[in-house]
Amino acid sequence: MANQDRKHNAGNESPSGDALLPAAPTRRNFLKSLGASGIAAASGNAFSQVAADAARKPDGGQTTAGATHTVRLTVNSKPHTLQVAANAVLLDVMREQLQLTGTKKGCDQGQCGACTLHVNGVAINSCLSLAVMHDGDEITTIEGLEKNGELHPVQQAFWEHDAFQCGYCTPGQMMSAVAILKDPHIGADDASVREAMSGNICRCGAYKNILAAIQTARGKTKGAA
Amino acid sequence: MRNFEYTRAANTEQAIAFHAQSPSSFLAGGTTLLDLMKIDIMRPQRVVDVNKLPLNRIEVLDDGRVRIGAMVSNTALARDPHIVRHYPVLSQALLSGASTQLRNKATTAGNVMQRVRCGYFRDGVSPCNKRDPGSGCSAIEGFNRSVHAVLGTSEQCIASHPSDMCVAMAAIGATVHVQGTKGARDIDFLDFHLLPGNTPWKEHALQDDELITHIVLDAPIAGSKSAYLKLRDRASYQFALASCAAILAIDGGRIRDARLALGGVGTKPWRAKQAEAALIGQAPGEAAFRQAAALALQGAHPYKYNAYKIPLGQQAIVRNLHTLIA
Repeated sequence: MANQDRKHNAGNESPSGDALLPAAPTRRNFLKSLGASGIAAASGNAFSQVAADAARKPDGGQTTAGATHTVRLTVNSKPHTLQVAANAVLLDVMREQLQLTGTKKGCDQGQCGACTLHVNGVAINSCLSLAVMHDGDEITTIEGLEKNGELHPVQQAFWEHDAFQCGYCTPGQMMSAVAILKDPHIGADDASVREAMSGNICRCGAYKNILAAIQTARGKTKGAA
Repeated sequence: MRNFEYTRAANTEQAIAFHAQSPSSFLAGGTTLLDLMKIDIMRPQRVVDVNKLPLNRIEVLDDGRVRIGAMVSNTALARDPHIVRHYPVLSQALLSGASTQLRNKATTAGNVMQRVRCGYFRDGVSPCNKRDPGSGCSAIEGFNRSVHAVLGTSEQCIASHPSDMCVAMAAIGATVHVQGTKGARDIDFLDFHLLPGNTPWKEHALQDDELITHIVLDAPIAGSKSAYLKLRDRASYQFALASCAAILAIDGGRIRDARLALGGVGTKPWRAKQAEAALIGQAPGEAAFRQAAALALQGAHPYKYNAYKIPLGQQAIVRNLHTLIA
């Protein structure tokens, strides 16, 4: 697991939080530094204070009640014990406390599916869950799909079928696809897959290729997550 | 999201006791509550998490009724073999609602407690009697095409009830079991949701201290068939413009028993008893179905953009009944 995590840390969306190495010059780190300095330079103190507060707290909310809660999560097979505020949303904790930024924040209100991840093997919208609700749960994010450097069959099929344009909805699409392919209640025909995938919106309109990728991955997912 | 005091209840008694200490919201799947807390429409000071409550079983009772635990997910209920076989209308209604991920989270009791989708309720600023009693209803003269009702409306509120599951339960017949500080009681499903009248902020018959523990479905009607038809702006993942839950039992070419309920067109899950009565004893077919559909929408009040829901609701009934005799 440690090796896998290190490998993730060397990836394009490299988080620096857990790594012992200095932050690599990645797109994310570059944007982060640009964001902070850009805002400070371009705006008054009030706005930069708001931005700083938002950066510190998951969900950027008020924390009047103040109490934090201990939550034990197993994320991508790795145990974590976290202190979270009551109003810390699962999606934000994944992204900001665990630096697992593969799970995307789209609409943030359960309408787009970009934040889809698995809790105990079940696909849910992580934007509509509190981290504190998941004490003891096993969570799989997009970062947990590949095994030993091998893409999950669904990831491989998305790559082969060019099942994305901008890519923002892609992690959520793939997490839904993985769950759907494992669900014996969901038919194998195209119409059933389209219906089951309707909770994942793609504004680029890559639906045709997404469907083709899922159908290609079907039958190759045995033994995969 | 504003912060709040969080408590996790281990059992029903604990949940009710926490809740009784000071006003709080029960948190089940979170698909309504957390959504509305994020946009600052609901602002509970305390939240009692009921996800660990042992209320996640579906049991067939000796008398043929089915007892569904409050925490059974919409997915689990829709896929339950007994429900699929004996209550297809309920399984179909559940699967027509929301998305795969939301159905995995959403619970049976939470579905019953979900709130309206009216944009003026959700925007946080427009006059809305549900959100801000006495401020008025922006939808009556506003944009009222898709999630606004033509049946059961009042001068104070015209938002339609958004649930599909509840429409099926209204047709099947059900009892809501609730528990509070003073003990348990049963509420007829048809009495659970309230018409807006002059108090649109009162949406259900629960007392402040009460928690839904189970919903018990009436036994299936012997020899009946059932189906749910949902008409909407897109083929999936959208609220109903009009929907119909229908149950039909036919003996010797005559309708022996019938149940009809409508979604999308009413301010609560809308049971059409007068239309059902008109079907009994009739030969099933276009004429009888048309007559029932007309009765079901009798007295409907159209608003500027949703008058189409009257013929659409009728068509949903006729088409759905035809599928049951095909």
